[in-house]
Amino acid sequence: MSTPALETHGLHKSFGALTVANGVDFRLDRGARHALIGPNGAGKTTFVELVTGALRPNAGQIRLDGADITQLPQAARVKRGLVRTFQITALFPHLSILENVTLAICERQEIAGGLFRPAGHHRAAIEEAHALLERLGLEDEALRPVNMLAYGRQRLVEIAVSLALSPKVLLLDEPAAGVPSGESGTIIEVIERLPSDIALLIIEHDMDLVFRLAQRITVLVQGSILVEGPPEEIARDPEVRRVYLGERVRR
Amino acid sequence: MADLGAVGAFAQRHRHHPLEALPWLIAVAAYFVFPSYLPLGAQILATILFALSADLVLGYAGIVTLGQAAFFGAGAYTAGLLAAHGWGEPITGLLAGAAVAAVIGALSGIVILRTTGLTLLMLTLVVASMLYEAVNRASWLTGGDDGLQGMQVWPIFGWFRFDLFGQTAYCYCLIVLFLCWLAARRMVHSPFGRSLVGIRENIRRMHAIGAPVARRRLVVYTISAALAGASGVLVAQTTGFVGLTFLGLDRSGTVLIMLIIGGVGRLYGAFIGVPLYMIAQDRFSTIDPVYWYFWIGLLMVLLVVFARGGVLGLFERFRR
Repeated sequence: MSTPALETHGLHKSFGALTVANGVDFRLDRGARHALIGPNGAGKTTFVELVTGALRPNAGQIRLDGADITQLPQAARVKRGLVRTFQITALFPHLSILENVTLAICERQEIAGGLFRPAGHHRAAIEEAHALLERLGLEDEALRPVNMLAYGRQRLVEIAVSLALSPKVLLLDEPAAGVPSGESGTIIEVIERLPSDIALLIIEHDMDLVFRLAQRITVLVQGSILVEGPPEEIARDPEVRRVYLGERVRR
Repeated sequence: MADLGAVGAFAQRHRHHPLEALPWLIAVAAYFVFPSYLPLGAQILATILFALSADLVLGYAGIVTLGQAAFFGAGAYTAGLLAAHGWGEPITGLLAGAAVAAVIGALSGIVILRTTGLTLLMLTLVVASMLYEAVNRASWLTGGDDGLQGMQVWPIFGWFRFDLFGQTAYCYCLIVLFLCWLAARRMVHSPFGRSLVGIRENIRRMHAIGAPVARRRLVVYTISAALAGASGVLVAQTTGFVGLTFLGLDRSGTVLIMLIIGGVGRLYGAFIGVPLYMIAQDRFSTIDPVYWYFWIGLLMVLLVVFARGGVLGLFERFRR
């Protein structure tokens, strides 16, 4: 069996009396299309923050490509190809789309610390950013500030910025959250077209999206993994229906 | 090849715009038009440099500081002490002052930049207050409350004597400001400068794209301290005096007001806000020597109500 792209062992995190991750053993295979679902407050976003290094676990281990990264700071994890998007769009609102993506490319190429050469002279980085925008159909609005875009387009920029970092593992935190249903199709298409060597973990509430994209599903409830398996199995699982799917049907 | 219109436009943003020559043309013209105001002019130029240093941390990196006077004063006292103890050579004094300010900026930055927001604001204030008290207590060296006595500043290059009319002072300040502005402009348009804007716009995202945010903030804080130190040296050398007011909270606050009047985060806010404020101060205090602060206050209120983004913000709104 090959080394998984990402795995956690006994990941534990609590804030005082509140346990938000309770011994999470998780495995994300190379090139996986994997979804993490669970009711509100199940600890999905906390899991993302733990894995990416924004939060430190109280116990447990995180391995990226076999290497222990539990102690690495966030920036070092990004350099190793562990990249996330945000549930609530977290871009540079007053900068153009092109600059949003260029900033990420400059960080990846480690030219972002340069003090003297004008940013505009790093032509290759800007062209790479522009090519990425073309791939996602954003090139017509390249010079518009992000906060002037429709929210659905901003979600695409969110993905573009993370792709600029050449991820090996990409954590998509509710990629279609807040997007009107008419526009979510574009986002799903973009995710479907992502290169197959990127291991995807999609944290999502929208079941249509999950069942359309994911080959495996992990259900998280109160900080613990309830069950994991292929979509058909999860859809049939009575426990999952009770704590999660049923709850949503009733709503 | 694909249409590179957007790329081309984006890649040329750092090119000089003809309008950027305007402040320099005005500064040179002012030398000939207002020969009797050159001492005030020199102070304005030095203060523009101070405001420029504040713009780098506040306007670009989003570090709100009330301690910028610490670096201004550190530079001024360094050059002042050198000049009072037998080394009045101005250029080396300038470099020494900037270097000492940079060191203080880096050392304090390592500690206080771990925080953000209001905590950071308070800590910048603490650093400035500590330096103020230290200088006050070391009165055997600094003259304490009375200020530093006996500065002897030598002629620049052994030739250009600091004269009573402020001609040398004006030109000296103008040249130093110009060189510092060139460097600051270069930095602002570099990938480093753009990443600072990223930090200001969304620090979480900068972490998430793998930027060493803490290091970037420390670097810009240090550079800004050096520029503030240089501006303090200019004031000390051209007036031949350093006192505790150089380190005061007043100065840190006033420079922010001047910057806000001009416009924050635009590199040119300093060039508009400082002359406006200082000329208004000079005029108001002549017309109304007791209550002139009232008029400054009124000006501030009007700006905050009608012109968020300062004078440059107003221009930008009209262009849209």
